[in-house]
Amino acid sequence: MTSLLAQSINLFAVVLLVLAFAMIAQRRILTLIHLFTLQGAALAAATLIVGFLTGQHHLYYSAAMTFVLKVILIPILLHRVIERLNVRWDVETLFNIPTTMLIGIVLVIFAFNLAAPIAGLSASIARGTLGIALACVLLSFLMMIVRAKAVPQVIGFLSMENGLFFAATAATSGMPMIVELGIAFDVLVGILILGVFMFQIREQFDSLDIRHLEKLKED
Amino acid sequence: MTFTGLFAQLLAIVLALALAPLLTGWVNQWRAWLQNRRAPSLLQPYRVLHKLFNKESVVAETASPLFRVAPYVMFGSMALACGIAPTLSTDLSLAPAADAIALVGLFALARVFISLAAMDIGTSFGTLGARREMLVGFLAEPALLMVLFSASLITQSTSLAKIVETLAHQPFAIYPSLAVAGVAFTMVSLAENARVPVDNPATHLELTMIHEALILEYSGRHLALVEWAASLKLFAYSCIGLALFVPWGIAEAGTPLTILFAIPVLVAKLAIGGVLLALIETINAKMRLFRVPEFLATAFLLAVIALLVHVLLGA
Repeated sequence: MTSLLAQSINLFAVVLLVLAFAMIAQRRILTLIHLFTLQGAALAAATLIVGFLTGQHHLYYSAAMTFVLKVILIPILLHRVIERLNVRWDVETLFNIPTTMLIGIVLVIFAFNLAAPIAGLSASIARGTLGIALACVLLSFLMMIVRAKAVPQVIGFLSMENGLFFAATAATSGMPMIVELGIAFDVLVGILILGVFMFQIREQFDSLDIRHLEKLKED
Repeated sequence: MTFTGLFAQLLAIVLALALAPLLTGWVNQWRAWLQNRRAPSLLQPYRVLHKLFNKESVVAETASPLFRVAPYVMFGSMALACGIAPTLSTDLSLAPAADAIALVGLFALARVFISLAAMDIGTSFGTLGARREMLVGFLAEPALLMVLFSASLITQSTSLAKIVETLAHQPFAIYPSLAVAGVAFTMVSLAENARVPVDNPATHLELTMIHEALILEYSGRHLALVEWAASLKLFAYSCIGLALFVPWGIAEAGTPLTILFAIPVLVAKLAIGGVLLALIETINAKMRLFRVPEFLATAFLLAVIALLVHVLLGA
């Protein structure tokens, strides 16, 4: 039973990775938000299982917080943002999607290689998943780089935080509660500020394309 | 070669030949139900086959012998593929002769012949269909190979029988790499069997059709063989998927009586798989042809991720 649970942490890690990959391949903003919600749910489940296996009860709170924040609150906020901005259109990417996915595979190989020696030093039950968490972070980075619009960039940022959170849970069995609370509220406040920011970009430029921000002066 | 092996082998092929049209009928029936239409009878594919076998076969004047041979080659390779895939038992007399790579080769053989036959007549639809089929095929094949390789990595063998034996008859363990490979395999088999996100088997609209454009010139017993082969292909893919990802219930070597138990288990698994296939086809829209390479590239990369995950996690 315990060994099956330990294996299911690996399974959830792989689910996180595949969802990060699906986000890169996805064009529609609405589906991006659904994928982000699923990623949050997988993260909460993985945290719960790590908490159960290591007997660290503060991970239960952190799993509950992840669930409330990333499966309920932030998706609702994002839905309201795209509803108000009326941006359910296809996402505009700088590269075409197959190229982006190939770069993604290279990133995954890089992350796995990088994490393999580090994971050898750790004694945690889910040490093998460190590479996967690192790959998730890099893939979300890639998504922030290749997307031209503001909303997918914000989702990329949130998904990167998911990867980091998973890395912390898997490699070190969780950060201190106070740090986790701090990060959670940071993310929440961040998404609120970024939401306001997106409205401001739209007000100024009549578009959510962040390339407009590269110009410092008005012509 | 043992007697039970030979028996299991023959039983598997006969069962595939008999059940393949039933599976197609079952999927069609569920598709109709899910789309709020009145469903055709479960036995409709058999009736179609019966009708076509009794009809005269008309062949174009410009057709070469290749055109006449192609349906037989296609039917033969699909029947053989159903024989190689461990549907009922892992003790198959054909198993030592053909592994997973040979299986992919069989599918490729059928694809090459049907595409050549479609171009042979010289109509524009045939050529169009052949090109599209090759476009889908050359992208789907590496993805399928990668999926089979990630299962082979776990069991250290490319023999399908050995893979199933290792997966089914060992203590249950979660293989994350197989979960990813399963998603990739589903995508590949949708593309290979001309199912909805890639091709619609129920349409004759020239802009979108792939499979139907290939077989447009066939009639009579040739068409019957091609249709039967298409059912067999769906059956073979379903059996490979079941054998790799839900292998429980397949009989072991040296236990001939469990084969009898394996038949109802197989039918139940195929029934559930057919409903899921109909569900996938109902909730998805057919994608543009130029999105198909992207779809199959995603399948390929998922299969690569499965390999990488196996290397990283060792499971």
